[in-house]
Parts: sequence; C-alpha cells; structure tokens
Amino acid sequence: MDAFVLQVLNGLDKGGSYALIALGLTLIFGTLGVVNFAHGALFMLGAFCAVTLKKILTISKQVKDESITFFDAFKEVPYLELWFGETGTAIIDYAVPLSILLAIPVMLLIGLAMERGLIRFFYKRTHAEQILVTFGLAIVLQEIVKAFFGANPVPMPPPELLTGSADIGAAIGLGDSVIYPWWRLTYLLFAGIIIAAVFSFLQFTTFGMVVRAGMQDRETVGLLGINIERRFTIVFGIAAVVSGLAGVMYTPIVPPDYHLGMDFLVLSFVVVVVGGMGSLGGAVTAGFLLGILQSFASMNEVKEILPGIDQIIIFLVAVVILLVRPRGLMGRKGVMES
Amino acid sequence: MITATPRKDLLLMGIFTLAVLTMPIWLAPIGASYPDLLQRFAIFGIFAIGFNILFGLTGYLSFGHAAFLGVGSYTAVWSFKLLSMSVVPAVIFGVITSGLFAVVIGYISLRRSGIYFSILTLAFAQMSYNLAYSVLTPITNGETGLQLSLNDPRALDSLVGVTPTSGIPPTNFFGIEMSGYSGFYFCAILMIIGFYISMRIFRSPFGMMLRAVKSNSNRMSYTGLNMRPYTLTAFVISGMYAGLAGSLMAVTDPLAGAERMQWTASGEVVLMTILGGVGTLIGPVIGAGVIKYFENIFSAINENVLHGIFDFLPEILQDGAVAVLSLFVGEGWHLTLGMLFMLIVVFLPGGMVEGFTRIYSRIRNKNNKNNGEAGSVGSAEVQPGE
Amino acid sequence: MGILEVRDVNKSFGGLKALNKVELDVEEGSVHAIIGPNGAGKSTFLNCLVGLLIPDSGSVNFNGNSLLGIKPHEINQAGVSRVFQTPEIFSDLSLLDNVVIPTLASRDGAFKLNGWKRADQDSEIIVRAEHMLEDVGLIDKRNMHAGSLSRGDKRRLELAMCLVQNPKLLLLDEPTAGMSRADTNNTIDLLKRIGERGITKVIIEHDMHVVFSLADKVSVMAQGTVIAEGSPEGIKGDPRVQEAYLGGAHL
Repeated sequence: MDAFVLQVLNGLDKGGSYALIALGLTLIFGTLGVVNFAHGALFMLGAFCAVTLKKILTISKQVKDESITFFDAFKEVPYLELWFGETGTAIIDYAVPLSILLAIPVMLLIGLAMERGLIRFFYKRTHAEQILVTFGLAIVLQEIVKAFFGANPVPMPPPELLTGSADIGAAIGLGDSVIYPWWRLTYLLFAGIIIAAVFSFLQFTTFGMVVRAGMQDRETVGLLGINIERRFTIVFGIAAVVSGLAGVMYTPIVPPDYHLGMDFLVLSFVVVVVGGMGSLGGAVTAGFLLGILQSFASMNEVKEILPGIDQIIIFLVAVVILLVRPRGLMGRKGVMES
Repeated sequence: MITATPRKDLLLMGIFTLAVLTMPIWLAPIGASYPDLLQRFAIFGIFAIGFNILFGLTGYLSFGHAAFLGVGSYTAVWSFKLLSMSVVPAVIFGVITSGLFAVVIGYISLRRSGIYFSILTLAFAQMSYNLAYSVLTPITNGETGLQLSLNDPRALDSLVGVTPTSGIPPTNFFGIEMSGYSGFYFCAILMIIGFYISMRIFRSPFGMMLRAVKSNSNRMSYTGLNMRPYTLTAFVISGMYAGLAGSLMAVTDPLAGAERMQWTASGEVVLMTILGGVGTLIGPVIGAGVIKYFENIFSAINENVLHGIFDFLPEILQDGAVAVLSLFVGEGWHLTLGMLFMLIVVFLPGGMVEGFTRIYSRIRNKNNKNNGEAGSVGSAEVQPGE
Repeated sequence: MGILEVRDVNKSFGGLKALNKVELDVEEGSVHAIIGPNGAGKSTFLNCLVGLLIPDSGSVNFNGNSLLGIKPHEINQAGVSRVFQTPEIFSDLSLLDNVVIPTLASRDGAFKLNGWKRADQDSEIIVRAEHMLEDVGLIDKRNMHAGSLSRGDKRRLELAMCLVQNPKLLLLDEPTAGMSRADTNNTIDLLKRIGERGITKVIIEHDMHVVFSLADKVSVMAQGTVIAEGSPEGIKGDPRVQEAYLGGAHL
C-alpha cells in the first residue's frame, strides 16, 4: 500500500507537467488546427524566463571579503542584498516562483508574435508543412537560448522553505516511507490551479464559449460574424503562457538546458495522442495517467520482470492507442481519423 | 514541364556519376575536398536519397529514420567485431538488419497516415534510442558507444589466417583500406548505385503508384490499388538506404553510438531533403551536400576569424558585427540552419531545385523578351522607311 | 438475374436510420437511375456498395459474389468503378498519368512490385490511356496537371479513369451536378456513347433531364428506402413518387 501511494504521488507531479504542456498543445491543435512542433520550445523558453530572472536578481558587485584578513579577497554580493539586506536574500531565494510574474507577459508576447508572424500563414497549409516550419522554429529558438545561456543545464534551486520533503505518510496514516518533496507537491498544486483556471476560463467566459464553439465547428462560428481569427491569436498566446509557466515551475525538478524543449515535445505529442487530438479533458487525463504509469514502470519490481519497460512504457501506450483507438481516450470521432 | 526520356536519364546519370567521382577535384577550390568531408557528403547523400523515396514520393513524413541509421551502424560494427574487418559483410548485414527493422516498424506505423504516422515513427525512434541507452547496453555499449577492440574474435579473418600484428586492423574492401580517398570512393560508388536505383523507382510504375498515394489515397483505393504494400515497400527501401548510410558511417569510422538514433537526427535528414527539393531526384543529394558543407565551414568560423574578416571596419562596428555574426557561426551553426530551413519552407517549398528552376525559367523568359524587344525595335526602325 | 442484387440493406448512424430495407436489382447492360429528395439516403447507399460504409445488415451481391466486408480496392478489382460527386483525381499528376494509373491497376492487379521498368515505355498501357483521353476529348491536355482543369474537365477525366478499366458496373454520383446546360449535354452524350460498350451503370441524379435521357429504369428513394421502381415513363406518373419526391407538383 505504501509503495503504491508513493508511486502514485511520484507520478502525479510528472503527470502535472505532461498535462500542462499537452493542454497547450491540444488547445492549439483543437482551435487553430495547427500541429505545433515548436511547443516544446515554449516550455523551454518558460524555463529560461526563470533562469533570466534569477540572473537579473543576482547581478552582483565585487566587495571586499572582510572575513579574510591576511590578504585582499573579494566576493560577489548581489546588489539586492547590498540594498535590502535580508529582504534581498529572500527575494533571490524565491526567484523561481517570482518568475511567474515575468513569464506571463513574456510568454504571452512570444505566443502572440509567433502566431501573427508565422503560424497564421500556415492555417491552410498541410499538416506536414506545419510540422516542418514549426520544427524549424523550434531549432531556431533552442539555438538562440543556447547562444545566450550555454549548452549546460542551469541548476535552479527551489525556495529554501520548500526544499525538504513532506511527511505525507504520517499525515494520512501510512508508513514513514511515504514522503514527498515539498517542491513537487507545490508543482502538483500549481498544475491543478492552472488547469482549473484554463477550464473555467473556457467554461464560464463568453470568450471561452466562442473558442469552444470554434473547436467544434470553426466555419459556423465564422459565419456568425464573430472574428474568430483574433480570438484564436489570443488562444495561442494563452497556450504559450500555460506551457511557459509549466516550464518555469519545472526548473527546480530538472535543471533546464536548451534541449529541454525537444525532449518534452515528443512526450507532449504522445500525451495528446493518448488523450485524443483536440480534447482538453483528454490531454489532462492522459497526462496524469501516463505520469503515474511511468512511475510504476520505474519500480524495481516491475523492471525485474520487464527490463527497460520504464524507458518505453509511454511510447508503447501511445502506439497501442493509435492502433486500436486512434481518437484517443476522449477525442471526438472523426478528428484526424483515417 | 520537362518530360524524362531514357536518353535524358542516361545523360543525367552520366553527369551525376562524373560529378560525384571528380568531387575531390572540383571541390578543392572551396576547401571541401578532404576525404572526411567527402565521405560525409556521400553517406548523407545516400540517407537523403532513401528518405526521399518515402517522403518525396508518398508524402509520409517519418521522424524515425535515424533509428535505421543507428541499427545499420551497430550491425556493421558487430560484423567487424565478430566476423571480419572486411566491409562487404558489414554493409550487407547493415542493410538487411535495418530492412528487417523497417518491415516491423513500417508495418505498424503505416496503419495510420498523416501526423499520426509521424507521431508513431517518432515514438518508435524514441523507444529505440531509450532502449539503446539502457537495457540494450550489452549490444550497444550504452553511452560509451560500441567500439572495436583488439580481442574481438573476427571469426572469418582468423579463419583465413589474418591476425593483427599491431593494434586493431583497419576496415578494408578486399585489402584496400577504407580510410581517406579510398573510403570516399567506396561510399561514392554506393551513392551512385543508390541514385540509379532511386531513378529507376521514380520512373517506374511502382514510383507512379507511390506518387498516387501522395496525391489522392482515396482515389487510389477506388482504382483497385492496395495502398499498404506500396507504402510498406517504399518504407522498407528507404529504411535500407538509411541502414546502408549507417553502416558506411561505421565503415569510415568504426564505432556506433545511440545519439545517432535520436529523433532530432531524423530531423536532419528531413532538413536535407526539404532544403534540396523534396520529391525531386537530385534535390536530396544537393541538400545533403550543402548542409554538410556549410556545417563544416560555419562550425569552423570563430570570433577570431570574424575579427579577421571585419578588420577593415572601425573597432566599434567590428565588435558589433562580430557579436551579431558569431551567433550564427561556430556553435551557432544550427541557428543558421534552422532559419534557412524556415525560409525554405515558407518561401520555397520546392527547395533549391525549385529555386534553380525558377531562376532558369526567368532567364529564359528574359532572353525571349529581349529577343522580342529587339525584334519590335527593329520593326519600329523599319517602319518610318516604309 | 441482375448483375447487382441488393437485399434488405439497413444502415443506422446513431439513432438515425439512413437506409431501411433497401432492395435493388440492376439488369446487366442497363442504365439504372436512383432519384430521390435530399437526405433520402442515395449517397449512403452508394457508399455501402463500394466499401466506404458497411451496412448493419442485408446483402449486396455483384455477379453472384458478396461485396460486403471486402476492401474498396477489392471491390474495384471485381469490376465496380465509381465516379464521385466531387471528382476524386490525382491533382498533382498529369492527365496522362491519371489515366495510366487505373490502366495499370486493371492489368497488373492491386499490387505489383515493378520498380525496375519504365512506366513511359510501356506502350500497351500508354496507347490504352491515350485512346481513352481521346475518347473524352482531353488528349490535347495530356501533359497538364490534373489539378488545373476546370470542374467539368475534372469530371470527364474521372470518368475516363473509371472507363479505362472496362468496369462491369459503373456507379455515378450526380455526374452533372453544378454543370452548365452545355456541359450537361456533353456529359449525357458521352455517357450515351459509352453506353454502347455494354457497361452497366447506376446513376444518382437530381437533374430529371439527365435521368430521362439516359435511364432504362428508375428507382425512387425516400427516407432511406426504395418507394417506387419502374420505367422513366411509369415513374413520371406514379402518384407516390410525386407525393414523396415532389411534394405533389407535376414533373
């Protein structure tokens, strides 16, 4: 029982990241009909928003190190600490969550620029061409990031308060072995909030209603005299923000490097396919399911029976789903089926 | 519309053969005539020619072909280790094994079309890559990559009494060492054969059916044609080309690593095919050559070289120019490639071959126009006299 | 015995009954028209014949063999060709290639691995294809891209692609929809001419002019079932048909 709960917990935060990035991807596919191979790059850009903010916050001044007396030694002290003392240190400590504030406008701008500058010219082109051009864009974005931040992963610690592990086992009456890092718990909570926000936005606002109608039948909505194009631009921006935020908060879990996007891209497509192309609920469900499935496949007991299963389980599920039920778990019939 | 005739094809084949075999000569002025680069031209040329048979003719966009490249490499290295340092069994087994892999992956993936096919091939490529790094380590030697060692059995070689005197023996083709120019010529001749086969396929009824798949798969079924075996055959043929390319990589440099199988490596062959001209005979070869050449040139440029180039500018401008351009060269070569690729997809979907055709027809039109104008000017001059 | 025998075919989509106990007999060598108001199930019925849809129950026999449960290309190989409402052609290929492909399919079968021969040197095939293009009056455009043809020409090309296979049964789904009067008359002439080859034809048509100039027999469908059948003259006067199809108005 303990092991079971532990694996579910382990899978949840990974599932949360899958769900978030797949949510944006499927939103774009469902509304705009565009297969976006640059979506992983948006996740990566989000992660580097956090890296950037951290760099800005820790711009430092060389000051004489007073603790060393027998020769002149210098150390780097961030201006923030020089100016605000303890408060400054605290701000730097919370660089990752604070990056959310930076990432929202930045990712929104990037998303809007991408849609207006490139994607909209590809609405009428074939899926293959969409894949190609966005794949090219993904390469460009990752290389720009590599040029500015280098090729090595950048470690991004979570705030000190959230570095330890939560003793969940004791809290819910299970064994002591059930512990869960606070940051992962935070991530899970965060993913839940974002997902809820996106769904209620689509469910309870007029804007969301039009978008959902557009996902069902784009032409009819266009005929009603609603400027669907402009709304779709905003949808693309929102999708970019969602993926970017997923990237920001993921940095303490896996140190980001420029290649992060390409790694996540394949995974997110797999999640979208399993959930059903164009289905928001499917993307979220599949994200969590696959996350949990993967964490179970990583258990030693499982690996002993099926060596290497942890490496391929997600892809295997996707292959099987595509073959026996191409519309995925919750996709509408007829979407891309052939 | 240029119609192909047997005679024109023979001419094209002749020019192609001549051009490839004389590459060490005519590429010398642009600094691309050293064997290592020439070998890469030929190897990636083969890879792209094969990929084009699938993507160019049937329109099925695979992101999994690097897996076959990797399989070809591993098989060839194992052939060197277990059988013989001769490249003949290595290449044959490399092609066969990757062909078998392609049968399995193709059989499953081709049950879907469009982006679902792409995602299936992506999933298979990623599975092969992940497995090569983890549980298949006994076969692939994981992160280190599969290498030759002095203690390898080399059964066939020892059978005929060849034992290494010092160090690991080189790969060879009936005694000819497969390094340097001889290595290039081995790859080049295989590329020429590969090109010829691809040309035959392009002109054949089989090739026509593959085009029909791309153009309208519905009509194809209602015309009484079974699409599945056609696409599967194309998939397997292109997988075997990839396997050949992979085994040639091992021939020229006998080691194999899992990174060759990653899906982004499949992306590279997509770039080559698109850049050169997808669906054209010669396009993929040009694309492969151009990308490998510029990769080589651009990667070698560093800030010092740039400073040298912009020496004539005042220092501030010089620093500025260098700072901007250095993003695109050296390590940043992929940035240039990505941008180039996007520009091609947006503005020139037919690739460089389409570009050449456009320029050619524009020049021809201009000439016609000039002739026409000359004529009208002439007649204008005549008129007053009349 | 008819070349095509349809017995008790039913098809539902969700709760909607699209085909209800459809019965049809098509005489060999005849032209059989199916008419009926929109939504009567005519296209659904045709889709069931070529393997695009599978009926829930019933039987479809062609020359004594069942067409149910076999794939579209097998149905074609058995001798059934279809012209679609929106022409299904190979838009990226030349007109000649468009006709060469079905010619090859009828000679070489559903799959043949002939990757070594030259398609353009296969004189038997080329002659047959060119002859066909000449028949439909498109020979001058043989090297054009099929996608650049006018709508009327696309229909003629599609017809050529079907006819070159010498099908035993040709299914035509509104072959003159959206055509001008002149084009319609041309198509009628063409269909009459090919009628001389003895190809059995089933035509779905809205245009009564077309129906009455071509058909030997007419079946009227309404609400998923065949409500009347007979000669064109007989159908004209049938009160049931006028009731269901024309809402009482006279033809």
